[in-house]
Amino acid sequence: MEKSSFRKAFGKTLVEVATKNPNVVVLVADVSSSVMTNYFAEKFPERFFNLGIQEAGMVDTAVGFALAGMIPFVNTFAGLFLRTMEQIRTCVAYAKTNVKLIGGYAGVSDFKDGPTHHSIIDIATMRAMPNLTVVAPADAVEVKKLLPLVAEYDGPVYMRISRADTPVVFNDNHKVKIGKGVLVQDGNDVTLIGSGVMVYRCLKAAKILSKEGISCRVINIHTIKPLDASLIKESAEKTGAIVSVEEHSIIGGLGAAIAEALGNMYPVPLERVGIADTFAETALDFESLLDHYGMAVEDIIKSAKRAFERKKGKK
Amino acid sequence: MVSHSEKLINELNDMAKQLRIDALEMIHRRGQGHPGGSLSIAEIIAALFFHHLRIDPMRPDWEERDRFILSKGHACATLYAALAHRGFFPIEELTNWGHLNSRLQGHPDRLKTAGVEMTTGFLGHGLAIGAGLCLAARLKKMNYHTYVLLGDGECQSGILWEGALTAGKYRLSNLTAIVDYNDVQLDGPVHEIMPLEPFVEKWKAFSFAVIEINGHNMREILDSLDMALQIHTKPTAIIAHTTKGKGVSFMENKASWHGRAPNDEQFARAKAELLGR
Repeated sequence: MEKSSFRKAFGKTLVEVATKNPNVVVLVADVSSSVMTNYFAEKFPERFFNLGIQEAGMVDTAVGFALAGMIPFVNTFAGLFLRTMEQIRTCVAYAKTNVKLIGGYAGVSDFKDGPTHHSIIDIATMRAMPNLTVVAPADAVEVKKLLPLVAEYDGPVYMRISRADTPVVFNDNHKVKIGKGVLVQDGNDVTLIGSGVMVYRCLKAAKILSKEGISCRVINIHTIKPLDASLIKESAEKTGAIVSVEEHSIIGGLGAAIAEALGNMYPVPLERVGIADTFAETALDFESLLDHYGMAVEDIIKSAKRAFERKKGKK
Repeated sequence: MVSHSEKLINELNDMAKQLRIDALEMIHRRGQGHPGGSLSIAEIIAALFFHHLRIDPMRPDWEERDRFILSKGHACATLYAALAHRGFFPIEELTNWGHLNSRLQGHPDRLKTAGVEMTTGFLGHGLAIGAGLCLAARLKKMNYHTYVLLGDGECQSGILWEGALTAGKYRLSNLTAIVDYNDVQLDGPVHEIMPLEPFVEKWKAFSFAVIEINGHNMREILDSLDMALQIHTKPTAIIAHTTKGKGVSFMENKASWHGRAPNDEQFARAKAELLGR
């Protein structure tokens, strides 16, 4: 599979978005060349604000821009947004300011820098904020498709961007809408619901499972909040068994959101693939870190089989 | 710089007195609120809302309006009273403060209350937000000025100084910070809990022009606000020396009156003092 870079797609698309919309400004906390807002800085120096290592102050300054009718994109590592939670809660979410929070180096994609730099609870914390939309694109194409919608969206958004170069799942005809899940492939026995970089692993697992006679429906949830509950219910009704797959703690993330939705609407066996309430560690590469912490293709396959068996047992 | 007339000074002082009475009445009626810091900002709020700010109650969203952020949101009783007297909403609404379905929240809410520029309550945010407003004004080539009223206690928070760094870096001369330096916070004297001194030097070190005034002297307040508009190379910090609980003898300089409502008897005494009886 062809690989491509989330962050490069982000950086380049941000320039396109800002070319069309003069109200877009970019704030960054000294990680411009890491999260690739440097393309923007070259093209629009007057709209680019590097505020140094002051993430909390940066979020509040972005709030000021938003109050004046501009569309600020606030950039730092996803894990570093944790130190701005009160700013986000009070001044962004509660005050409903049109601030776009871009969490780079999301999940464990900064494998080489270790758990301080990983971000495995960002979805849990952001998802708990009223008024905040939470977006996690599956590949570089989806970054390109979603970013203009995030800019146009009237309200605060948190968007997760991986540091990793990952296989491309979608082509340029891919259609996205904030709040709408994507049916990637249909199947009958179990539904794999993935988000972010795990979507391609879901597809890999589905391929192997089909050879073993288990037909998988694969759903991509790029908007974790608001969750596309109707697509999840439809999948539960159709396949009767679900596996959530995410590069995040199994507490509070996509799997938890799905469990909440199913519990309310249509309970079926659910298995959650993710990091099992632990910190990860440093590794030499991204893929083996995912594998080691319970997010291997093999883990998805095992979970799918378990969900499938549980469904049969229920009958 | 214009010299302000005696008439104006007297009118604004009368308004400050009215705001004190209203704020205290609101706090008393509700049985909740922050009298100390609401009383200490009465002259500053009167000067801003009844003379200095370019605002229009008929057009609260007027793009060219000056921006005012009450960073010390707990003192909102005085702000609400000023907004009501200025015509942003009916004065009778002040009696609904803090009730369910009221537009007047326990702390300012920009989405609910006309004239409230920004939602505040937890301390420390105002200056960095103000810096964003000023940077946006520069980009959009707009002439509004941004005023941020800070408590002294919140000057202990790191984020306040993050905002100050940003204002200094970009030389935001369209930003004026006003510090209500009453030297009393919830738990006791600021100079004991966490001293701010040398305070003037701190602001200067962060590239601010500094003006020190008596925050209860109307002429000094008006002059300092005018002076700040004449400084074109850097942001200004007006350090307003004030008295917490100003105007009510038994509340003055008492941390115990930071966040407690007076009972009937205390309110009657306070009101009589404020009315000069």
